[in-house]
Amino acid sequence: MTLETRERKQGAPAVAKDGALLFDGADWNFDILKRTYDEIERIGTEELGLALYRNQIEVITAEQMLDAYASVGMPLMYRHWSFGKHFAQQETYYRKGLRGLALEIVINSNPSICYIMEENSMTMQATVMAHAAVGHNHFFRTNQVFQQWTDADAILDYLSFAKTFVARCEERYGLKAVERVLDAAHALSSHGVDRYGRRERPSIEKERKRVQQRIQEERETFNDLWRTVPKPKPRTDGRDEETEVNLEAERQALGLPEENLLYFLEKNSPVLQSWERELLRIARNIASYFEPQRQTKVMNEGCACWCHYHIMNKLRERGQITEGAMLEFAHMHSSVISQPDFDDRRYPGINPYALGFAMMQDIERICTEPTEEDREWFPDIAGNGEPVATLRHAWANFRDESFVLQYLSPKVMRDFHLFKIDDDKECPEIVIDAVHNERGYKRLRRSLAQSYDPAVTEPRIEIVDVNLRGDRTLRLQHSVSNGQILDALEVRRVLRHFASLWGYTVVLREVDAESEKVFAEHEHRP
Amino acid sequence: MDIIDRRLNPKGKSLGNRQRFIQRARAQIRDAIKENLRSRSVSDSTSGEQIVISSEGIHEPRFVQDRHAGRRRRVLPGNKEYQEGDRVPRPEGGEGRGRSASDDGEGEDEFAFALSREEFLDLFFEDLELPDLVKEKIKSEKAPKSERAGFSRTGAPNRLNLERTMRRSLVRRIALGRPADEVMAALERELDALRKGEIEPADGKPVGTRIAEIEEALARNERKRTVIPYIDPVDLRYNRYEQVPKPIAQAVMFCLMDVSASMDETMKDLAKRFFMLLHLFLYRRYEHVEVVFIRHTNRAAEVDEETFFYGRETGGTVVSSAFHEMLRVVEERYPVDDWNIYVAQASDGDNIPSDVPRCVKLLHEQILPICQYMAYVEVGGDGERPPGFRVRGDSDLWAGYGPVDKAHANFAMRAIDHPRHIYPVFRGLFSREGMEA
Repeated sequence: MTLETRERKQGAPAVAKDGALLFDGADWNFDILKRTYDEIERIGTEELGLALYRNQIEVITAEQMLDAYASVGMPLMYRHWSFGKHFAQQETYYRKGLRGLALEIVINSNPSICYIMEENSMTMQATVMAHAAVGHNHFFRTNQVFQQWTDADAILDYLSFAKTFVARCEERYGLKAVERVLDAAHALSSHGVDRYGRRERPSIEKERKRVQQRIQEERETFNDLWRTVPKPKPRTDGRDEETEVNLEAERQALGLPEENLLYFLEKNSPVLQSWERELLRIARNIASYFEPQRQTKVMNEGCACWCHYHIMNKLRERGQITEGAMLEFAHMHSSVISQPDFDDRRYPGINPYALGFAMMQDIERICTEPTEEDREWFPDIAGNGEPVATLRHAWANFRDESFVLQYLSPKVMRDFHLFKIDDDKECPEIVIDAVHNERGYKRLRRSLAQSYDPAVTEPRIEIVDVNLRGDRTLRLQHSVSNGQILDALEVRRVLRHFASLWGYTVVLREVDAESEKVFAEHEHRP
Repeated sequence: MDIIDRRLNPKGKSLGNRQRFIQRARAQIRDAIKENLRSRSVSDSTSGEQIVISSEGIHEPRFVQDRHAGRRRRVLPGNKEYQEGDRVPRPEGGEGRGRSASDDGEGEDEFAFALSREEFLDLFFEDLELPDLVKEKIKSEKAPKSERAGFSRTGAPNRLNLERTMRRSLVRRIALGRPADEVMAALERELDALRKGEIEPADGKPVGTRIAEIEEALARNERKRTVIPYIDPVDLRYNRYEQVPKPIAQAVMFCLMDVSASMDETMKDLAKRFFMLLHLFLYRRYEHVEVVFIRHTNRAAEVDEETFFYGRETGGTVVSSAFHEMLRVVEERYPVDDWNIYVAQASDGDNIPSDVPRCVKLLHEQILPICQYMAYVEVGGDGERPPGFRVRGDSDLWAGYGPVDKAHANFAMRAIDHPRHIYPVFRGLFSREGMEA
C-alpha cells in the first residue's frame, strides 16, 4: 500500500472510490461498516443485478448469538423448554471450545435482518455482509420456493403474535397444558407441511352432494350386464344406503388420505380446545416457514458463497481491501467450503457450502470457458457468455433436488470424487454402484438429486382412515420403500404425542409401497 | 440500509426457555446432583456445576427411519480406489453411517450442560426449609430499609407523584366544570370577530346583545377559573415510604466434632459431608454465614477448617467441653440478638458416662434456648440400618439425648452409617413438613 492511498483513506470519503481502501486492519466501527456495506451492496445490485430486500444489519455479542441460536435463529420466538435445551447444549459446546459460533445469522424477512457478531474482524464483517446481506438476501427474495412458501413481509409480525399467544395461553391454562400441546406439535412438525402446495379443502356438504351424484350416476348408467360380474360379499352389518352416503361423505370431507398430520389434527381432532388448535397452527406455520430452507440448503449457501467470493475478489481487484485482508478472507473461505472425504473422521455428510459453491463456480465456468464435454452436457448454457444471468436464473427457479439434477456437471463429480454405494442391510457387503466415470455420471447425479428430495428422504406418512362411527381409531400408514422402516422406539414416542392430540387410539402401519407387505404395526391408546 | 447496535440489549433473552427446560428435567437433574455430591469438597461447594443427565424426558422424538434396516443408496465424496461393482465389507459398527445416526437421537442418551450456582442450590435444597428461620429481634445498628407503601397527602416535594396528582386535578376540574382554555379562547375569538364585524351572530340577534352575552360569559368563566384552581392542594399526592425493619441476615454455624481416637477417617468423612451440606444450605438462606469449627477430645478448642478435619489429636471424650467452648465463643463474638445460631454436632456417640447428664443439662438450659436449631448426627460404620434411626440405647449420647429430642422442637438427632444416607437424613431434618419428619 502506498502512502497516497493511506492519506486518501484518512480523508474518509463518504462513498468509496475505486482504489481507495475501505478499511485497514481488523478493527471496525460503524462508519467503516456503513462504507463497506454500501460498496458491497453497490457491487451486488449494480454489477451483479441482484434484487435485495432492504437490509437491517444488527451488531450483537456472542452471548446474544447464543440466544439467537436457541430460538432457532429468529429474533423472537415463543417460549418452550426445547429451546432452552438447545441453548444449554450450544453454550456448553461453546464454552468448552468444541464449536465456534456462526459468524452471522440472516433472517428471511422484509427488511432482511442480518446479525453480525462484534468479535468479528472487519474482513470477516465484510465477508459476512457479502455472504448474508447480499447472497442470502437475494436468494430469499427471488427463489421461487421461498416466494411460494414464505411471506417475508409478515413473518416477524406473525412470530410476535405467536409469542404473545403462547404466553397468554400459559397464563390462562398453565405451563403444563401448553407444553403438552407444543411438545406434540414439535414432534409432528416435520409432517405439518403441505408438500404439494395449497389445495382447496373439501367441505362436508359438497362432499355429500358429490357422493350422491356419483350414486345417482351409477343408477342412471346401470347396465344389467354388470350383474354377471362376481360381486363382493353382501353387507351384513345392516347399514342402509343413507348411512353409507353419510359415512362416505364424512370421510371425503376429512380429505383423506392426508399427509399434513398437524393440519388434520388441528381441523379434526375431537378433543382439542380452540386455543390448542391455534397452537398447532402456529407450529405448522413455523414449520412451513422453514421448509424452503431445508429444500434449498445447497443452493442457498452456494449462492451466498459465490456472492461473497465474487464480491471480495472484486474489492481486491480494485484495491479496496488490503492483501492482508484478502489472505484472511481466503483462509476463512477455504475452511467454510472444505469437504472432508467420506472416510475422514470429520466427515459430516456432503457440505452444502462446498457443493453449492463448486456448482456455482462451475456454472460460471461453463458459461465462459466451456469444454467439449460441457457443450455436450449443457448445450443450452455452454459458452453463452452470461454467467451471472445464468446463475440468477438458476437461483430463482430451482430447489436443491432439481438444481442438482439440472446443473451437476461431470467435472464437479470428478472434483469431488463422488461415488455411489448400494447399502443393503440384508447383505453383508456394500456394493459400489457407480463411480465418477462415463458410465456413472448420470446415475450419480440422479441419486444425489434424490437425496435432496424431501419426498424421498422424509418418511411418507399419511392418515388413511378414521373410524368415525365407532371407537374413533385413527389409522396412519407409512409407505415404505426399499425396506426403510421407521425407528420403532421413536415411533412409539411420537405416537404417544399423536394420541394425546387425537384423544383416541392411533394405529400406524408400515406397508411396503409396492408389494403392500406389512412390516410392522404400532398402536397407541391414550 | 440500517446498522443497529444491539449489543446493549438486555441479555438472557432465553432465560424463560432455560427455566422451562430445567423444570422439565428436574427429576434427572436432581439425581445428577446427588451423584455429584460425592465428589465435592467443602471449599468449592458454592460454585456452579457441570452436570450430565440422561436424555429421557427431554428427548424430542420424530418420525425417523431406522438406520439399521432396509436398503439405501447414498452418494459419498472422496473416492480413492473404488471401481464400479466393487464389494466392500461393511465398516464395523456401522461406522460412516453411525455418526449420522447419532445426530438423530441414537447417541443422545446423555446430555451435558452447566447449571449456575443459584440453579444448583435451588434444586439441591428444593423443598427444604430452615426451621425458625428469622430471629424475632431486630438488629439495631442496621438501618431499616424504606419500602414503598402507597401514597399520602403530605410529603416532601421531591416525592410528589405527578401522575396521581394530575389525575386527581383533572377529575376535580371536570367535576366542578372549570372552563377549559380552549373554551375561553373560542369565546374571545368570537368576540373579537364580532367587534370587527367579520361575523354576524348565528341566531340573528343584534350584534350588541351577542357581544354583551359573550362578555358576560367571559367574565363569569374568568371568575370561575380563579375560584377553581388548576391544581389545588387537595390534588396533591406523594409517594409514601415506610421504614421496614430488616430481619437479621446473618448466621453463625457451629460445627462440633469429636476427634478422639474412636472417630476414624470414615466417620470424619461422613461428618464432613454433613457439615458441608448444612453450610451450603445456610449460605443460601443468609447474606452472611460464618462457620466456627470446634473439635474436642477431653478438651475442646476452636480451630480452622483444615485442622478440624485433618488434624490429629488423641485423648478421652468429654462432650460437654465442646459446649462450654461454644458458649464461650458465642459470648465473645456472636451476640445472641444479632446472630442466628445453628449447631451441628457430629460424634460416634461415645462419651464418659458421667459427662452425659452434664451435656443434657447444658443443652436444656443454655444451648437450645439461644440457638435456632441444633442437629446431632451420630456417625458410625457398623451396619446396614435404614438411614436416620438407631435403636435406643445404642450409645451413651444417643441414650442421653433421647429425652432432649422429645422436649425441644429445635433439636433433632439422626444416625448416619453410610455416605448415601447423608442426603436423605439431611432432607429428613429440613423437609418442609416439619423437622421431625
